[in-house]
Amino acid sequence: MKSPVLRAKTNSVDDTRRLAACVAELARPGDLILLAGELGAGKTAFVQGFGAALGVPDRITSPTFTLAAHYEGRVPLHHLDVYRLEQLAEVLDTGIPELLDEGGVTLVEWGDAILPALPPDYLEIRLLFGLADDDRTLDLVPVGHRWTSRIRAIRTALAPWLEEGGVPC
Amino acid sequence: MVKDVVLPEPIAREGLRILGIETSCDETAAAVVVDARDVLSSVVSSQVELHAPYGGVVPEIASRAHVEFLIPVVARALLEAGIDDDQVDAVGATVGPGLIGSLLVGVSAAKALALVWGVPFVGVNHLEAHLYAAFLEEPDLELPIVVLLVSGGHTLLVLMEGHGQYRLLGSTIDDAAGEAFDKVSRYLGLGYPGGPAIDNIALEGDPRAVEFPRAILDEGYDFSFSGLKTAVVNYVRKNPGVPIPDLAASFQEAVVDVLATKARRAAREFNAKGLCLAGGVAANSRLRERILDVCVEDGLRVFLPGRSMCTDNAAMVAAAAWWRLRSDGPSPLDVGAYPNLRLPVA
Repeated sequence: MKSPVLRAKTNSVDDTRRLAACVAELARPGDLILLAGELGAGKTAFVQGFGAALGVPDRITSPTFTLAAHYEGRVPLHHLDVYRLEQLAEVLDTGIPELLDEGGVTLVEWGDAILPALPPDYLEIRLLFGLADDDRTLDLVPVGHRWTSRIRAIRTALAPWLEEGGVPC
Repeated sequence: MVKDVVLPEPIAREGLRILGIETSCDETAAAVVVDARDVLSSVVSSQVELHAPYGGVVPEIASRAHVEFLIPVVARALLEAGIDDDQVDAVGATVGPGLIGSLLVGVSAAKALALVWGVPFVGVNHLEAHLYAAFLEEPDLELPIVVLLVSGGHTLLVLMEGHGQYRLLGSTIDDAAGEAFDKVSRYLGLGYPGGPAIDNIALEGDPRAVEFPRAILDEGYDFSFSGLKTAVVNYVRKNPGVPIPDLAASFQEAVVDVLATKARRAAREFNAKGLCLAGGVAANSRLRERILDVCVEDGLRVFLPGRSMCTDNAAMVAAAAWWRLRSDGPSPLDVGAYPNLRLPVA
């Protein structure tokens, strides 16, 4: 498993949404973000905060059932949930490369399970349960130049949430 | 009210036999229904076993299965209805919401059949079809009614004021009710589909064992089940030895409590004549029991469709198609499939 480059802590669902909004400010068309974490870790909440910052007027709900939802914001937002496809990495045709080419920002929940099917240029965010019920730790792992080149900007944007002693870059 | 559209013969005549086709998710279904009342046949080929190993519906598998099963299912529906191809007066099919690959199979087949048979094609909204499941068993249901539509993909509270006239009172802000059942079931190791699994094991548990949160219970008509799911996870992390039946029963109680409380409040606020359940979660025995209690206490007509009418089926599609044919006429053949289609609200 790749080591986190940045480790952030949030203390409520709304706090996670606020953090996500700050990440959204740095997003560009064609970006891919993977959200990993157990059931209830806050992946959909992250996408809600992210979408709000992109100016998505619609309610963002879990796309587990339909697998993909598309929203119009300042930049189009593609929200995918591959929760049910964990065991299908090898046969998966998610169409993600096509979505990236369309110029939107693509967020994939449970994306770590389908890594082999993805282009090697993404920001992986792992959400972990903390000590208190609503505490979460978010490990951010930029993969590929597209994201490593933005790590300084992310660090600045997320400063209020970052843990002391994060790995410098 | 039905819009005042004068339909050309033979559409306005009585005894219209409509072939309904439903392929929006993991059920391949066809049915023949006369005038949205008489179900001559309703055939459902479930793919549950195909998807069970994956813990949920896999779109690619679903689409392929629809292609394989649809023609035999349609043939069976006509056979059971005792009619020939040339006795079908119109073909209705679900055009959304649902899985795009699955929807396309049914829509394409329906349009082809309509074209070949020279009869009208009617695109049907799957959510509206669920609302019409109630009218199949009770054609003279008095309006307005409050409908609680709860399934794996949807959680809607709808005020039905007239045919085709809906007011969306509330919906989920995160997870659908059925989705919460599936996810919690999977987390507790109870398998898929989660609704029946939790329903069954909850019978052996204490619904008051754990006081799970009832999110936004007192505010408006929206629902939130994501926090409940997280609360179950948090509880299990702290109390690893807790009996699964107690967890399942307490979780189910929390979901049902919110659904029933809001449905009751809506029925009172809008002076509804009755309360109606629709969608796959409407098959949940605890929810049916609670809604029945609410209606008895408040003097409301209660409508709990049979379990086969709650889950996806094509009879409800044929019924909704009949109403749409009367109000809007046939759909053009260039109608597509719409995975994110919403209920047409006023």
